[in-house]
Amino acid sequence: MEVTLKRTAALVARNPLQQHAAAALAAAQHQRRRPFSFSSLTRPPPNYPGHVPLSPVERAALVVGAGLGSLFNPYRGDLIAIFSEVTATPYFIYRLRDAMLASPTGRRILRDRPRITSTSLNLPRLRSLPEGTVGRTYVAWLDREGVSPDTRAPVRHVDDEECAYVLQRYRECHDFYHALTGLPVVREGEVALKAFEFANTLLPMTGLSVFAAATLKPSERRRFREIYLPWALRNGLRAKEVINVYWEEQLERNVEDLRRELGVEPPPDLRDIRKREREERRKKKEAEAAAAAAAAAAASTASAAEAAAAAGSV
Amino acid sequence: MAARSAFRRALPWLPRSPVASSLRQAHHVPSQRPFSTSLSASTPNPSSSKDPSVPDYAIPDPSRPTHFGFQTVTEAEKRERVAGVFASVAESYDRMNDLMSFGWHRVWKDHFVASLNPGFSPLGDPPRAPQHILDIAGGTGDIAFRLLHTAHVVNGNPDVRVTMSDINRAMLTVGKHRAARQLPASQQAALSFVEANAEDLTKARPLVPYPPDHSTSPDEYTGSEQPFFDPATATTGIPDASVDLYTVAFGIRNFSNIPAALREARRVLKPGGVFACLEFSKVVSSHPAGALFDAVYKEWSFRAIPLIGQLVAADRDSYQYLVESIARFPSQDEFRDMILDAGFVVAGDGYENLTGGVAAIHKGMKPRE
Repeated sequence: MEVTLKRTAALVARNPLQQHAAAALAAAQHQRRRPFSFSSLTRPPPNYPGHVPLSPVERAALVVGAGLGSLFNPYRGDLIAIFSEVTATPYFIYRLRDAMLASPTGRRILRDRPRITSTSLNLPRLRSLPEGTVGRTYVAWLDREGVSPDTRAPVRHVDDEECAYVLQRYRECHDFYHALTGLPVVREGEVALKAFEFANTLLPMTGLSVFAAATLKPSERRRFREIYLPWALRNGLRAKEVINVYWEEQLERNVEDLRRELGVEPPPDLRDIRKREREERRKKKEAEAAAAAAAAAAASTASAAEAAAAAGSV
Repeated sequence: MAARSAFRRALPWLPRSPVASSLRQAHHVPSQRPFSTSLSASTPNPSSSKDPSVPDYAIPDPSRPTHFGFQTVTEAEKRERVAGVFASVAESYDRMNDLMSFGWHRVWKDHFVASLNPGFSPLGDPPRAPQHILDIAGGTGDIAFRLLHTAHVVNGNPDVRVTMSDINRAMLTVGKHRAARQLPASQQAALSFVEANAEDLTKARPLVPYPPDHSTSPDEYTGSEQPFFDPATATTGIPDASVDLYTVAFGIRNFSNIPAALREARRVLKPGGVFACLEFSKVVSSHPAGALFDAVYKEWSFRAIPLIGQLVAADRDSYQYLVESIARFPSQDEFRDMILDAGFVVAGDGYENLTGGVAAIHKGMKPRE
């Protein structure tokens, strides 16, 4: 982009009649100028507290490093977070921010900038809400999974300050998406939820995380292919933008109402399916063990009978 | 407002003042004096009346401004922040060292200890009195283990004992575990662990078990569970003139008050005892090849190292601090002058450059009276 502008400016400047155009072009070039590759001693000033602007080389290195690192060690949530930040630009985080701006609730969220941390939600109050409310469903999901709300790592590598908040909001609402869909925190559930999030928010990290399905067991992969991926794509594409849900205001609302309004239908309960499969496997193993024991017992009685007959004949 | 305080809570290394001002300060680095003396001249310290030969800047003052990387903080705050940095890097410290220097730090440390040659006696007859080596900022034990090996095995002198000291409990605990795993029993017996602040070795104590009970969340860190040594709980101290060799490797740039640490070193050393310091320094860039190497080194330091820290150790800020602290450390000549100022004598230049000046070994001797 810069090179084209420079060449155009040089060509235009040769013609004295277009000097004013050349001046305008030079001004535009200077304005649009961002150092292609800056040294960290001359890193541009941050746009918000904690902001670390990255050069393209650093960005590429983090895409590869954080992507591979989080694929091979899914417990490194910080690498997943960084991966989401460095792949969010260009285009995708701006599209999400524009989707927020296009909705009145989204605009209110961007103005209020609410934050969800480990201490911002009053869990006992949510537990006291009536059955079937969003807040109660959320706490029930937390209890079922045995997790508590985390303070998510702050966004550091998104250059635009508003887009940094949009990504932060997405990160903090992730547990609410879990509660909305009922998916558990096991790897299978997370991959299914990421597929849903990709279809809905179009963030590259969510889409690329679906490749983590390759690390699932064969039965899990089959389930994902047959049930959860179609569910995720169908619901993610059909549903309204979940980023625009003002969760703090929706806590006392009926969760089915919210699901209907958004256009999300919960998938088959994954924990139940897994439990049933485990039960079947265990029963099969027990049956096999019983059959083996019976066969061994039969064999031993047969050999004992032979030995007795041999002894008797002697 | 909530967002900002939430950012700060999640990232405790954020400065109190906006980051932009500290980055602007980065451009003033060459013109500022690299150690914390320039700003305290106007505030006389009442305790300086105790010993008129000790200048003001060599007395630790918790509220005196100093540098933490490219930021300006008080000495007390620097101590806390450095403690946090090293508590968080302790587990991955050795792996990160290998990644950052491509394993070359091992060569530096081997050369450092070989050039000191502890336990060596030229006449073949070991000295009568046991030799005492104090390894300051010993951390995970790289130098202490090499000192023990050279003295006990290479020089065959079992009368050498090493005291490993560090202000940071987490690092010292990692060192203790490594010693239990790697060292033979005779060398383990000659090694002791002490928590101390190098600026005041009269207060020290044996290593306290770490980490604290994880039933309390990190948000509720109380004073008794600090990752670093609190002098209020001192139970002993290092006496005057009790150390034959004082070593500090890659630690002194993290001290809040370097002149105070140098004077403490002089106090604990016996007359004729040696002060040896291995530390990052300024690349010799007078030669064009050196200037090119310096540019590459800076790019590697400031771009790749925080990135590796993020990917491997999940901690960009600690490694950003580490490379900034390297940039802020005085040059070879300036540090040699500080060593002379503290009362040591040096031989020749007083330092030896390693890898073109990336690191340097400074040696001084406490003069015999």
